[in-house]
Amino acid sequence: MAEVLERVTKIIVDRLGVDENQVTLEASFKDDLGADSLDVVELVMELEDEFDMEISDDDAEKIATVGDAVNYINGKM
Amino acid sequence: MKLEGKVALVTGASRGIGREVALELAREGANVAVNYAGSEAKAAAVAEEIRSLGREAVVIQADVSDADSVEGMVKQTIEAFGRLDILVNNAGITKDNLLMRMKESDWDEVININLKGVFLCTKAVTRQMMKQRSGRIINMSSIVGVSGNAGQANYVAAKSGVIGLTKTTAKELASRGITVNAVAPGFITTDMTDKLNEETKNEMLKQIPLARLGEPIDIARTVVFLASEDSRYMTGQTLHVDGGMVM
Repeated sequence: MAEVLERVTKIIVDRLGVDENQVTLEASFKDDLGADSLDVVELVMELEDEFDMEISDDDAEKIATVGDAVNYINGKM
Repeated sequence: MKLEGKVALVTGASRGIGREVALELAREGANVAVNYAGSEAKAAAVAEEIRSLGREAVVIQADVSDADSVEGMVKQTIEAFGRLDILVNNAGITKDNLLMRMKESDWDEVININLKGVFLCTKAVTRQMMKQRSGRIINMSSIVGVSGNAGQANYVAAKSGVIGLTKTTAKELASRGITVNAVAPGFITTDMTDKLNEETKNEMLKQIPLARLGEPIDIARTVVFLASEDSRYMTGQTLHVDGGMVM
């Protein structure tokens, strides 16, 4: 769990240029981390590569917060 | 050469405009994935000609109106060349008839290949181009998509749709360094226009200020321009290459 969060956090920090301490489980990509829709699509693509999994469009649409992403990945691993 | 080291995927590249586009991209230095639907031997001949120019080519059969088939095609292209810089959405068909006589299946087939096909291919290459932070998407519209044309309700609707799709895709992808433009050819000598009768051809000639038909190379050179750095500040545009038919 911790390891997944760490890897997800690194991707978010790199991609969105936010501070690591802003990336909490509750943080919303769009509302708290300044991502636009296309940023979220790209983040999902990078998570797919990082964790070597496919995230369907339907599932991707449900990922709104950092916690959603971490839970989704943990559920698939 | 304007496209040295670039990788291009051209749909419907076995014949007509697509064939010439694939060859001209190769002449400018690009390696090319040659897509075809049915004409395997012709596609293989195009690939052979590309190799004789000292470029690499792969031949890929795919139905552009089928999502799985399109994803496979894009995957094969990236596996072969390691990247994808240029997509030319060229594949298209006609099923002409007056609206009153047009079958629903004629409508569906033309919309599926000429419009949905552009959507599916664009969607499939976007991931790679976004990662690269660069890409060129060039959509083949038609001048009749701007002007309308009796007897081609399905084709015109699809080609108009391509112009709208071009503008929207351009807006969505601009921030990632991807440009999307369309070419609207006029009356170009290909298998598609050879089918027209003499009377129709003569009627059309009267409407062309430059007073002659275009050739596939006229379109291919425009595509090269849109694929190259020369057009880097253009996106969402439709270039009319039609001898002045529609201004």
